[in-house]
Amino acid sequence: MMIKRCSLILANQLAKSNSSLSVLSGIRWNSTLLIADHTEETLSPLTLKTITAAKQLGNPITCMVAGPKVGPAVDILKKVDGVEKILTVENDSLKGWLPEVMTNIVMEAHKKNNYSHILTGASSVGKNFLPRLAALLDVSLISEIIGIKSPDTFVRTIYAGNALLELKALDPVKLITVRGTAFDASTIGSADCPVEAFAAETAKQPDNVKWIKSEITKSERPELTAASRVIAGGRGMKSGENFKMLYDLADKLNAAVGASRAAVDAGFVPNDLQVGQTGKIVAPELYIAIGISGAIQHLAGMKDSKTIVAINKDPDAPIFQVADLGLVADLFQAVPEINEKIDAYISK
Amino acid sequence: MSLKILVGCKRVIDYAVKIRIRPDNKGVVTQGVKHSLNPFDEIAVEEAVRLKEKKLAKEILAVSIGPQAAQDTLRTALAMGCDKALHVNVDEKSAEILLPVQVSKILAKIAEQEKVDIVILGKQAIDDDCNATAQMTAAQLNWPQATNASKIESKDDKTVLVTREIDGGLEDIEYKLPVVISADLRLNEPRYATLPNIMKAKKKPIDKKTPSDLGVDITPKMEILSVQEPAKREAGTKVADVDELLTKLKEAGRI
Repeated sequence: MMIKRCSLILANQLAKSNSSLSVLSGIRWNSTLLIADHTEETLSPLTLKTITAAKQLGNPITCMVAGPKVGPAVDILKKVDGVEKILTVENDSLKGWLPEVMTNIVMEAHKKNNYSHILTGASSVGKNFLPRLAALLDVSLISEIIGIKSPDTFVRTIYAGNALLELKALDPVKLITVRGTAFDASTIGSADCPVEAFAAETAKQPDNVKWIKSEITKSERPELTAASRVIAGGRGMKSGENFKMLYDLADKLNAAVGASRAAVDAGFVPNDLQVGQTGKIVAPELYIAIGISGAIQHLAGMKDSKTIVAINKDPDAPIFQVADLGLVADLFQAVPEINEKIDAYISK
Repeated sequence: MSLKILVGCKRVIDYAVKIRIRPDNKGVVTQGVKHSLNPFDEIAVEEAVRLKEKKLAKEILAVSIGPQAAQDTLRTALAMGCDKALHVNVDEKSAEILLPVQVSKILAKIAEQEKVDIVILGKQAIDDDCNATAQMTAAQLNWPQATNASKIESKDDKTVLVTREIDGGLEDIEYKLPVVISADLRLNEPRYATLPNIMKAKKKPIDKKTPSDLGVDITPKMEILSVQEPAKREAGTKVADVDELLTKLKEAGRI
């Protein structure tokens, strides 16, 4: 009798603890899938910033590295603190990171694990596939967030950065792209998180899309969105040859070179150097705008830089309204003079 | 060739306008403010018209989703060379929180009903800056997506070769029709509508529908908590010459 009662109590307690466990697991059920941005050679700095954003959600983070070759990115990623698990999908069908393929793979992982948040960096790859996945899940996409207030409340910019929108997402699953410049990079430590190959059945080349080739601009300089210094030229540069002055200065400062839309449209530099609402968003320590008037669309891409310098011969150019230091001068005199004198000023 | 093209046309505050935040901090002031066809949509319309001029397309349908005034935007598209237009009427208040996911369902429904072969949209609207509608429309239709297109070449009547602008450069991808394409800045230079064409556009038909006619639910999927002005930058200083500039940069620890 006594034994029976004891076992009953035990059973009751077990049931209770089970139910509290299930409540707990209900909370724990919230989890984040982060899709890494990488090249076949390395992990993109944007991913480290996206991880910082993901940590603010407070959920366990699984990172997925998908591509034709994932090894180099995984080697870095597994050392980053805060990542619980890495899923890899290495498959030739991911050549060019076609959104038609990426979407299927991430969907497959989501169906297995039911993530509450799916994040990726706002790179050209991320911006391409994540909206497609959002539509398949019938949820909204929360584009290029710059802040996280809570797991369902986010801040993003609208109207070319001229307004901040704080929004509450009402969908059960949050699909988010992260603006890299708004978050610090997570540090690469000595962690060694488990890596698991995800056997994606959907990693197949679609029959209606054929990736042909890419032409990537080769550069020895730092990558534009990750550089701590950026020298940018605009229409005032007059020709592509004149950009050599900026490359020289960039090399002395270990800076990246950017451009305004006008300079890209005029063919002075390739399109991937464009800074602005529809190009790259940068926020370096130092941004030097040379021969750039400062249209709203350009400012959208650089006005969060720590120090902005403007060199322009038009004293009324709007760029001077955001510049910390402005020099009204002919750039064809000022830039060579800077190049000549700067060695004496650079801190070694 | 007998391709049918659908182009998306969003009415947005003109790109040159300096926007103002509403006193209730729930949006921006739109009343009495100049509106235009979203610049990326203008490029989409131009590309569709060029495909027709090259005899690759037969008919272009311009679609706009929004309040009554969206019809002005459709007239612009018709004046540029679109053949007919469809206005999906959504009241001003609902339009404010209408998201790409809902817009994409409406566009996909129309694309199916009208049996179009190519949907061309702008890569992003310059008001919400989402950059999502094209990708989502492709998903709704289960079609491939050629986003950020800077060049479109037709290989035969079933295949297009698209050059896409990507981080780091360009890439070429071949798509079998049907396809959804989003236009980047460098795809083309849109034409100006001439006065005779504006007059002709007034005679072109604009059909009207609502989201519910198309069976699309536009229940809000987001709540606007606030819209605020970003932090203003402190006014800077002008320097007299290169030496002063470099001295100040050194003092600030930037070089």
